[in-house]
Amino acid sequence: MTNHWIDVKNADAVLIMGSNAAENHPIAFKWVLAAMERGAVLLSVDPRFSRTSALADLYAPLRSGTDIAFLGGMINHVLRNNLFQREYVGEYTNASFLLDPAFGFKDGYFTGWDPEKKTYDRATWKFQVEADGTPKQDGSLRDPHTVFQHLRRHFARYTPEMVERVCGTPKAEFLRVAEAFARTGAPGKAGTIMYAMGWTQHSKATQLIRTAAILQMLLGNIGVAGGGVNALRGLSNVQGSTDMALLFHILPGYLGMPTRKDHPTLAAYLEKETPKTGYWVNKPKFFVSLLRAWYGEAATKDNEFAYQYLPKNSANYSYMDLFEAMYAGKLKGFIVTGQNPAVSGPNSTLERKALEKLEWLVVRELFETETAAFWKGPGVDPAKVQTEVFLLPSSTHLEREGSYTNSGRWLQWKWKAADPPGDARSDGWFANQLALRLKALYAGSRAPTDRAFLALTWDYGKEEPDLEKVLAEVNGYTVADRKPVKSFAFLADDGSTACGNWIYSGVFPAEGQNRAKSRKADPPESLGINAGWAFSWPVNRRILYNRASADPRGKPWNQEKALIWWDAEAELPDGKKGKWVGVDVPDFRPDLAPDAKGGGNPFIMRPDGKGGIFAPLAEGPLPEHYEPVESPVKNLLSNVQANPMAVIYKADLDKLGDPKEFPIVATTYRLTEHQHTGSITRNLPWLVEMMPNLFCEMSRELAEEKGIRNGAPVIVRSARGEVRAIAAVTGRFKPFKLGDRVVHEVGIPWHWGFMGLAKGDSANMLTPHVGDANTRIQESKAFLVDVRKA
Amino acid sequence: MAKAILVDTSKCIACRGCQVACKQWHGRRAEPTRFQGSYENPLALSAQTWRRVGFIETAGGDGRLRWRFISDACKHCTDASCLAVCPTGALFRRTWGAVDLNQDICNGCRYCVAACPFGIVAFNEESGRVNKCVLCPDRVEAGLEPACVTTCPTDALTFGDRDQLLSQAKRRVAELQAKGEKGAQLYGERELSGLHQLFVLQERPQVYGLPEQPRFAVASVFPSSVTSVLASVVMGVTALVAFRGRGGKGEE
Repeated sequence: MTNHWIDVKNADAVLIMGSNAAENHPIAFKWVLAAMERGAVLLSVDPRFSRTSALADLYAPLRSGTDIAFLGGMINHVLRNNLFQREYVGEYTNASFLLDPAFGFKDGYFTGWDPEKKTYDRATWKFQVEADGTPKQDGSLRDPHTVFQHLRRHFARYTPEMVERVCGTPKAEFLRVAEAFARTGAPGKAGTIMYAMGWTQHSKATQLIRTAAILQMLLGNIGVAGGGVNALRGLSNVQGSTDMALLFHILPGYLGMPTRKDHPTLAAYLEKETPKTGYWVNKPKFFVSLLRAWYGEAATKDNEFAYQYLPKNSANYSYMDLFEAMYAGKLKGFIVTGQNPAVSGPNSTLERKALEKLEWLVVRELFETETAAFWKGPGVDPAKVQTEVFLLPSSTHLEREGSYTNSGRWLQWKWKAADPPGDARSDGWFANQLALRLKALYAGSRAPTDRAFLALTWDYGKEEPDLEKVLAEVNGYTVADRKPVKSFAFLADDGSTACGNWIYSGVFPAEGQNRAKSRKADPPESLGINAGWAFSWPVNRRILYNRASADPRGKPWNQEKALIWWDAEAELPDGKKGKWVGVDVPDFRPDLAPDAKGGGNPFIMRPDGKGGIFAPLAEGPLPEHYEPVESPVKNLLSNVQANPMAVIYKADLDKLGDPKEFPIVATTYRLTEHQHTGSITRNLPWLVEMMPNLFCEMSRELAEEKGIRNGAPVIVRSARGEVRAIAAVTGRFKPFKLGDRVVHEVGIPWHWGFMGLAKGDSANMLTPHVGDANTRIQESKAFLVDVRKA
Repeated sequence: MAKAILVDTSKCIACRGCQVACKQWHGRRAEPTRFQGSYENPLALSAQTWRRVGFIETAGGDGRLRWRFISDACKHCTDASCLAVCPTGALFRRTWGAVDLNQDICNGCRYCVAACPFGIVAFNEESGRVNKCVLCPDRVEAGLEPACVTTCPTDALTFGDRDQLLSQAKRRVAELQAKGEKGAQLYGERELSGLHQLFVLQERPQVYGLPEQPRFAVASVFPSSVTSVLASVVMGVTALVAFRGRGGKGEE
């Protein structure tokens, strides 16, 4: 989240789209209700009427996979009616920058599309520059080459009528939502956008979130209290695992993972990955300190700080790529912990088959999950499976201590409530033992390949690791005296400091001072910054880009919700006058006056300090609507049907459906009563009692067409597989009227599997291995099926 | 001072935390269920399920779809029919308003099951006695809120002095009406001389399955209150005999 959960209460408008916060974040949803009690309007945009919609002031339906068209319509509405925050857009974003005259967009493609190679040459996706290399600008925003004018032309096609024909949202309902949210474009007003997997699991998901960011920048909603683009994380520590480099392409703190091809040496890595301007100029300090933390004394100036010990990526190791490789027999072993891919993975038929190709599989779990039991799943002959499976008992979150990082970037320490039973062990114990025992096995080896592992610093205790010791290393320290650094501002690129994750630096600023344990709450009537509660990265800042909460002169847009402001009289430590002060930690150089060079550039992580309305991604520098890879209709906005850069996997089990055979749109989702694959919740009788069976929600109209009765069994079938479910025939799904065509949509929760107390087919038997062009996340929120009576 | 729970349906997100918290605190089992086409489950209150969230799809006056939720349990009526017909005194009133149930002296006559105007009290085939929400007296008298209220994440359920909750509920009804929710109303202020579970509703009570005018239902169980007194004497004696009989067996 750019903001944080409690800050939602400061919003004047809350747009929940691509998320079902009431059902999936029931505890935190109280902040949405708090906003409503203060007069905020709640807008719910969703293919079906959910428990969130039930509480909303306005609800608008849209066909799954058309969110860019809907948001693009909102952008068009804001631009056409001059509802954007003019000064914010002109001063804080790159709207005024002039683009290369050769840049353009035509027939669904941006300039540079190579139909042979099926990729883009990005040569024209750039700004015109002055002699000193800075972008040329037109503050009037009138020059036809400005980003602003390109934006206006690009989204002019996204009329309310077009939204209706593409999304199936009745024009009047679309306009009601657009008008209500556009009111936050007035200076001093704030609107928040909350999204989750309903936005991220599409073949153009990254562009979809960029569309939201553009809308929020136009309305001046980034960096202000009650604003932001807010990703709602699906688990209590997902933010933490991302920060700590759960994903293959990053190292802790969002430092890019080196690749064999581009970064053969440390010098090459730092040269290529460090921008010349913006806060990322400090990247070498963070990177070298990370190497120093991991390889300790073995990391010296003379050996590139052990850079060569660091593994380098030579291929794409994202989720579906790993399973495709496994299915092709290229992976020998697999350790699974805190995950149940046999249920959660798209095209689970393929993924379960892939597990059969492994030599060994280790699963750490509370219950025997579908992944651990894949060898005895439906249609599998155990005698034919050669994989050796180890099922190790794990602990619950209540049986271990440590820090969790919530959606709002707060590191909160939690304490253990009970010891795990029997041989069950915590995740920390497992990681510690694995490292210690491997180190013992490698001890004394002189093989060059083993050097990296032997050089790894590992000193956290013998059994359960001392997690505060881990956190202190993550925080960073000066090597000479091993004293904690106060923040990442004290890190150096000469090997004198070590730091396990620069963005977390400051969480452990002094010996024995673990700020994740801070527990001083602000009074309820305050803005809810809660600076004394837990530690928020970076440097305890609660709202990112908060320089933008003040106008170019340093005065808050909204005095009542002021975050920081320029105080010309405030004294600096060196006796000079003038600094940024306020209730939040300034996301800005504290002494950089508003009228100084760069004093009005709030987006300090970007090389030019401006919000990127124009920002190149794989499929273009501006978002464009394309149909999902599986769609029943033709793209009305261009002749390019689907995202030309989408990743489509091509193993024999990776089939795509023909709309003639599979004319119904489907989406998957979660319910309050179960969590994820249900590996815990489908084993808890009280939860099973409330949600015992897999069901498929559909409109009364579709049910009538197919002769399906409410509560009766149905078969839902896609090109990948079929599931048996119980029909939930409801007015909460409505057929979409797209011009003279009617398109139906159904929805299926993905919690079920063949193990546990409540058994059922997994919805992911239906979903495809189709990935977003930038992140390769699966397109499981819009695909094609057919439905019939069982 | 009379206490009560206020159920504000306009703040309910149907997470059903209350439903589970009740089961956990009172050690109630999960019942076997099957998805029947609605999110609602179990389908009715029972000896194992004392609080339950109802899911109601309805079209408002404007034809727009609404999905209403209600967390429902015993209303702890001032004119409590169950209490009036209970021959053994197993059902009794706490000083602060709850209609509590002493399982030890319930004889399983089920008059209360028949008398309850809300269909709340449930017979437990296993124990041969009845069950219902008792408003967590073990928690309340130790200074805690009922388990369902503690769990509610959105303050759709609040617990406190009945008078204060009534004014809170009236303010909320006024707020909702000002927002255009014409159906917003308070339920439980005067019904049966006052309920100890109050509701802020967004539609007519009927939509939620609540009787518009709940009646003190003793008359439907017994022809007159005289019979009731007589019956309770008879039942009391029978119970005493049964009790002694059991004790006697134990000595053999």
